[in-house]
Amino acid sequence: MQDQILQILSRIRADADYRNSSDFVEDGLLDSFDMVMLTSELEKTFSITIDGLDFVPENFASIDGIRKLLVKNGATL
Amino acid sequence: MNFHFSGKLIAGIHVVLPSRELRFVDDMTAFGFTSERSRRVQEVMGYDKHRVVEPGVCVSDLAVAGLRQLFQQQLLQPDEFDALLVLTQSPDHFIPPTSNIIQGQLNLKHDLLCMDINQGCAAWLVGLIQACLLLEQHAIRKVVLIAGDVISRRVSPRDRNSFPLIGDGIGIALLEKSPDASPIHANLRMDGSRASALMIPAGGFRMPSSPETAIERDAGDSNLRSLDHLHMDGTAVFNFVQREVPPMIEELLRFANTPEHTIDYYLFHQPNRFMLEKLAAKMKVDPARMPSNVVENFGNSSGASIPVNIALNLAHVLPTQDLRVCLAGFGSGLTWSSMLLNLGPLRFCSMQSL
Repeated sequence: MQDQILQILSRIRADADYRNSSDFVEDGLLDSFDMVMLTSELEKTFSITIDGLDFVPENFASIDGIRKLLVKNGATL
Repeated sequence: MNFHFSGKLIAGIHVVLPSRELRFVDDMTAFGFTSERSRRVQEVMGYDKHRVVEPGVCVSDLAVAGLRQLFQQQLLQPDEFDALLVLTQSPDHFIPPTSNIIQGQLNLKHDLLCMDINQGCAAWLVGLIQACLLLEQHAIRKVVLIAGDVISRRVSPRDRNSFPLIGDGIGIALLEKSPDASPIHANLRMDGSRASALMIPAGGFRMPSSPETAIERDAGDSNLRSLDHLHMDGTAVFNFVQREVPPMIEELLRFANTPEHTIDYYLFHQPNRFMLEKLAAKMKVDPARMPSNVVENFGNSSGASIPVNIALNLAHVLPTQDLRVCLAGFGSGLTWSSMLLNLGPLRFCSMQSL
């Protein structure tokens, strides 16, 4: 799942160095626009619907945060 | 706060939009987006075209043109209404009220209550509630409500989080008394502790505009804007809408004792398609009953987006039929409000480009 998430992230912002960031949002790698795009890509890839209330920066700040978001919304590991 | 009104209805709706049209793909070229990335954003957010005014055009220009057309077409008489409400966040001036300017330009009677209210994306709802409250007065037979903005003039073209979604325009409604009108139910909430989520920091008395406030800076996300520009915390606004709107609608239906399935349409303010689809999913409403096509055609026109929604999607039906509709607006303030009413048959339901 980690590789899949990284692949999706690189499609959102190809120039961003996600591996060396501890907080994608705080470090400016993802803004709200990117979070929307990421949500859409994650929903398509994992065939889930992410709850609108989960659209908060902490859920998009790291690979682990995104993984937990996916699991919470029914993605299969 | 819950409201219940009887003996009042919306008699007509008219929308005025600027004819100048910008295209999303052109906007995004300025941000270095590839055509593929633009296409994906377009698909998810629903952005395509948006209408913005030419430099110098104000809310009163759109309002005067709209009212003049209604007068010329004999759909409205200049002396038939006793109150003129203008809800906008982009007034012509601080002093005088924009409603008075419109009154003067159209030579309307002096026995007219002119009132400006500062509201944004919830303006249509706040205006309808205020109009109904005014109609409780014997002296006020009819009210003309105008809501909308020319906020593109205060949005940085180099802010990709705001500029591509912004649209200008106004909606005009005529409200009147009618003993046979169905009851109207509404509710309204406000939370000023979250006011900074949508704000133009400079230009008022707290922080007057100056050469310093006009300097554009990177807000930390590669978007350039100045303190004179609209600042929108997109994530906070999105979360606010998802958290507050569904329970507000549930409460409204309970208050009105109305089963959900009796509602023909949910006509909501439209910030972007993504947000509305998430709302529809949360509320378990078929997206076909919650149109989300305003932003792709005209942009997010703030307080005018609900009348634009109505004129775009229901103009062919409303002159002859009535529909049970649920309206909702949510935005700056923060303010959120909803209303349940029977809409139609309308004397006019039209759209004008200027």
